[in-house]
Amino acid sequence: MESILFNIFAVLAVLSALLVVVNPLSRSPVTSAMFLVTTMISISGLFVLLNAYFLAAVQILVYAGAVMVLFLFVIMLLDVQETARRKLRIVSLVMGFVAVGALFGVYKSSVEATYEDVEAVDEVVVGSTEALARGLFSKDNGFILPFEIVSILLLVAMIGAILLSKKELR
Amino acid sequence: MMEPTLSHYLLVSGALFSIGLLGVIVRRNLLIIYMSLELMLNSANVALVAMSRFYGKLDGQVMVFFIITVAAAEVAVGLALIVALYRKRQTAEVEDLATMKL
Repeated sequence: MESILFNIFAVLAVLSALLVVVNPLSRSPVTSAMFLVTTMISISGLFVLLNAYFLAAVQILVYAGAVMVLFLFVIMLLDVQETARRKLRIVSLVMGFVAVGALFGVYKSSVEATYEDVEAVDEVVVGSTEALARGLFSKDNGFILPFEIVSILLLVAMIGAILLSKKELR
Repeated sequence: MMEPTLSHYLLVSGALFSIGLLGVIVRRNLLIIYMSLELMLNSANVALVAMSRFYGKLDGQVMVFFIITVAAAEVAVGLALIVALYRKRQTAEVEDLATMKL
């Protein structure tokens, strides 16, 4: 059962990721964004298979929800027709496939040499909300300082986004 | 059928990363390059969660939590930059943005 679901989600994620980047039928950013949503949802399915339930929910909420809505808003602000008109050069496409395929080949052989016989440990970690919160906020080996720094980072990003989208950019 | 092992998950993650890299190399629209960057970040998340599952440590998932937060902040600022750039130059194609001067 798990392997069937893994195959479905993995194939769906990789296929729709390919359609984000090189879609033979449409070059518009809106279709790319829609296929990116499919990829995100498949990745959250993989998270569920890996017992990371909280992260699966956050993945859908943050990526498929917030981030993609932001992308679609910006696509609507920008000129979409322009991109759809321009063609991708065949030469650059082939060269890109060759380069990235070679990189993936190196990665694949190194993964197969290193992690082939890794067995899952007996104790199953379940990434429920409670377990993740205990990992984050535990007193002795928690991540309290990084958590606070990230909250400041979010504040800075918010101020930056507001400042950048003001009419007069000084 | 055999159960998916760590190397299967890592291969999926590597494939997603490669596709994202392909998008950054091949596509010339800023927004799609940005989407490819998101794809690469997500592939790293898949690898981290798989490691956390197969080695029995929760730290990988905590790290993914931070990555998602930082990625959200990055998207907000990056898209604001793209919109500001578009206002100045009326284009979002990287080949029209070959000069650094605004």
